[in-house]
Amino acid sequence: MFIRNRNSRISTSLVAGILSLGIAGIAQAADTIKVGVLHSLSGTMAISETTLKDTMLMLIEEQNKKGGLLGKPLEAVVVDPASDWPLFAEKARELIEIENVAATFGAWTSVSRKSVLPVFEELNSLLFYPVQYEGEESSKNVFYTGAAPNQQAIPAVDYLMDDVGAERWVLAGTDYVYPRTTNKILEAYLKDKGVAADDIMINYTPFGHSDWQSIVAEIKKFGSDGKKTAVVSTVNGDANVPFYKELANQGVSAEDIPVIAFSVGEEELSGFDTAPLVGHLAAWNYFMSVESDTNDEFITAWHEFIGSEDRVTNDPMEAHYIGFNMWVKAVEKAGTTDTDAVESAIIGVSVPNLSGGFSTMMPNHHITKPVLIGEIQDDGQFDIVWETSGLVAGDAWSDFLPDSKMLISDWRAPLTCGNYNVSDGTCSGQNL
Amino acid sequence: MAGLNTLGRAFLCFCFLITLPMFTQPVFAQDSQLTNLLQDLASDLTSKKRPVQLRAIDTIAKSDNQYRERWLTFLLQGELYVNKSDKSIVHAVKSGKGFAISNPDNGEALGEVKKRALSKVRINNAIRVKLKGILGTMRLTDPDPLNRLVALEDLTGKADSVVVDTIRGFIPDETDNRVKGAMQLLIGVHDLKQGSNEQQRAALEYAEGKLDIELINELRTLSINSEDENIRSRALTLVEIAENKKRWYARVETLFFGLSLGSVLVVAAIGLAITFGVMGVINMAHGELIMLGAYTTYFVQQLLPSAINYSLLIAIPAAFLVSGVVGIIIERGVIRHLYGRPLETLLATFGISLMLQQTVRTFVSSQNVAVINPVWMSGSLEINPALSLTLNRLIILAFCLVVFMVLLLVLNRSSFGLQMRAVAQNRQMARAMGIRSSRVDALTFGLGSGIAGIAGVALSQLGNVGPNLGQNYIIDSFMVVVFGGVGNLWGTLVAGMSLGIANKVVEPWAGAVMAKILILVFIIMFIQRKPKGLFPQLGRAAGD
Repeated sequence: MFIRNRNSRISTSLVAGILSLGIAGIAQAADTIKVGVLHSLSGTMAISETTLKDTMLMLIEEQNKKGGLLGKPLEAVVVDPASDWPLFAEKARELIEIENVAATFGAWTSVSRKSVLPVFEELNSLLFYPVQYEGEESSKNVFYTGAAPNQQAIPAVDYLMDDVGAERWVLAGTDYVYPRTTNKILEAYLKDKGVAADDIMINYTPFGHSDWQSIVAEIKKFGSDGKKTAVVSTVNGDANVPFYKELANQGVSAEDIPVIAFSVGEEELSGFDTAPLVGHLAAWNYFMSVESDTNDEFITAWHEFIGSEDRVTNDPMEAHYIGFNMWVKAVEKAGTTDTDAVESAIIGVSVPNLSGGFSTMMPNHHITKPVLIGEIQDDGQFDIVWETSGLVAGDAWSDFLPDSKMLISDWRAPLTCGNYNVSDGTCSGQNL
Repeated sequence: MAGLNTLGRAFLCFCFLITLPMFTQPVFAQDSQLTNLLQDLASDLTSKKRPVQLRAIDTIAKSDNQYRERWLTFLLQGELYVNKSDKSIVHAVKSGKGFAISNPDNGEALGEVKKRALSKVRINNAIRVKLKGILGTMRLTDPDPLNRLVALEDLTGKADSVVVDTIRGFIPDETDNRVKGAMQLLIGVHDLKQGSNEQQRAALEYAEGKLDIELINELRTLSINSEDENIRSRALTLVEIAENKKRWYARVETLFFGLSLGSVLVVAAIGLAITFGVMGVINMAHGELIMLGAYTTYFVQQLLPSAINYSLLIAIPAAFLVSGVVGIIIERGVIRHLYGRPLETLLATFGISLMLQQTVRTFVSSQNVAVINPVWMSGSLEINPALSLTLNRLIILAFCLVVFMVLLLVLNRSSFGLQMRAVAQNRQMARAMGIRSSRVDALTFGLGSGIAGIAGVALSQLGNVGPNLGQNYIIDSFMVVVFGGVGNLWGTLVAGMSLGIANKVVEPWAGAVMAKILILVFIIMFIQRKPKGLFPQLGRAAGD
């Protein structure tokens, strides 16, 4: 009897406790602004995307320390799309419909962005996409805080042409959409600049390619006819290590044939034996080695948040930093988190970037950024050897492709169009 | 907040201003006279404008300062930094978490500082080339022939007539043959480009039979631009001879590339040739056993950071043991219950492969780890200027053949090999002869797994080491074993090598993606015609 009595008493108090907790939870939930974080935490992309999830958590925590947004605390809703492209769309739907997030920060690969795009457009919600991409897209609901080709690839080629004096070009890439589109743009750009077709070599390799002997021998041969040769590499992920190793072993140094990469950053370098890479180049909008007070503060905050002095910062992290602060500012300006209000408020918003200047959201939903060229050092950091004199505004539609040079994007009234054709004055719907 | 920050910073600066002279003065005072040039140029050297930097470097090079070579060497190596606190230029090298700084003139230690207290004097590739030229000129008379050689190589094609004439004067006194050769090459390239007709003719004579790229490029220009018709036609002939030779060497190179790709395939597949070929176990975890071997290499390097050059020699037996023991555990724990049920074996080992991958992700890292190449596996063996074989590939090719021969000996000459073959051919009969067949099974599987581990050591030198490493090799391994004929080691060797060569012959004109597809299509068609592969087992051993 006694025992049963005690048991029931305990269970009653437990129930009461849970109920009160639940009520507190609901009460709190109603009073927060939810922010969706849509990055893969498992599968092949986890290597890169987990860091961005942590970055978002840090930014949200810092904003809450400053008193939240519109007087309410922010609440991160983290989901794991597991590097599975269709799952990205499902998780995006879950974030918007069930969690009612005010905005979502996420996606890495172009294919994952393409997968979630229809969901954000259908449900009219906002996505901030932080990674450099191939361009040729401008959605009403997406803000592209990573680099468009004219903010990374084109200035990189300019640097090689003007400062390094490159005359022959190898465009080497992994065989998928980003390298193929970027190389198409670069090829058109180079020909525009008077480079002969014979002086351009284009080469694609499968994902994770590990046997670079023939290709490096070919590059060496291509670069041995007296003209300065440079390699523009859109080689992705794992395939980079054997590529650089082979270059070093076959005696191709960065001074003879420099390789400029668009997918190799601090985070990727932390898993490399960097000795063979020293002196090769990368083009980004931010390097951890940038000297500015905002960057020092950001790095300190990051180390404190993640609990390790060894962790690096990289370009997509900066993109989230900029994107998040822009969103915060736009919400404050609009006084609400309503999608349409924030969308029109955010155009023209300027926030500090980490390289010591300001970035502005343009009417085509891309941002202005400086472009930096860095040389890889033996400690896995980059030495900045060149930067654009001013900021470069992201161009959604490349001016160097015949199909897209007539298109402009302007999401302000009265145009309100992501792909307005200036030659015949039509807006052909949203994308493609 | 902001106000406080500025105040705080101002206060700190003030403190620095007061304290700094106390620390720095005595150090710099003794040779302030000599330090001046470098320190005076500090703002120019750190300028973001390359022409300004170049001017400063020129000033140093042209000065008669006794430290100029030292400074420029530090600059080239990226070891000159600006000490942010007093804007002086210091020499700094990494030490632990921070940097050890010293006086750039005499190397006197100035203590240790944090990385953020320094800002690097940054140079780019163009300036690096320029510096190498300047240092090259300074080092032409260096007592160490190796330094002279490097200096000459850096100068080839870039040296002006004055320097070249100086080098001409050095030739008779030069004792080192390699250095002499480099001098002649440098002079030849220069003379072809801008020598008098006389010199050009001499250089043409010298260039005969040479394959150096710089020479051939100059010859090519000469064959078009020279005013003298004799020189033009002679240059053209020489270019053609060189091109022909190069074409021949290119074929040798392709063959080497093919053999080397083949050796990678064979190394990866040879363990599978035992577990799948001899025992008939479809072992989907084979790739993960390779991965374990590669991780063993990584851990050996972590444990012995001072002996990177020997780490591979230790890693080979270690990897054999690690993968072999894991293999035996897998066999004893799972596979032995599934003999005669190939589909269940396939599923079970696939499950094991996923578990092994996740274990590594959880306990090591989901990121790739950096395995360092020892010095003797970096670079290449130069046979002539048109043909050089990369050392890591060459060593792996040799390693592959050694492993193959040892395995062949074990199988054919040892009593364990005899037992292994007996069990594989007729288990009942072998048991009747007193062989403990289950023990032989375990050891055979352990041997195959151990070999996979050794393969991991070799493969860690070529590509990434990460949890997914095994997946990249499992398909290729099965392909090689099936193509070669199940149960035949020689088949595996021949199949691996021929697939490697075929791939490399096809690749230059079809591209890497297409080459892979074509090879797969070829294998599918081949297996259709000859389901038992290149070297089918005959007789009772075939099992049918």
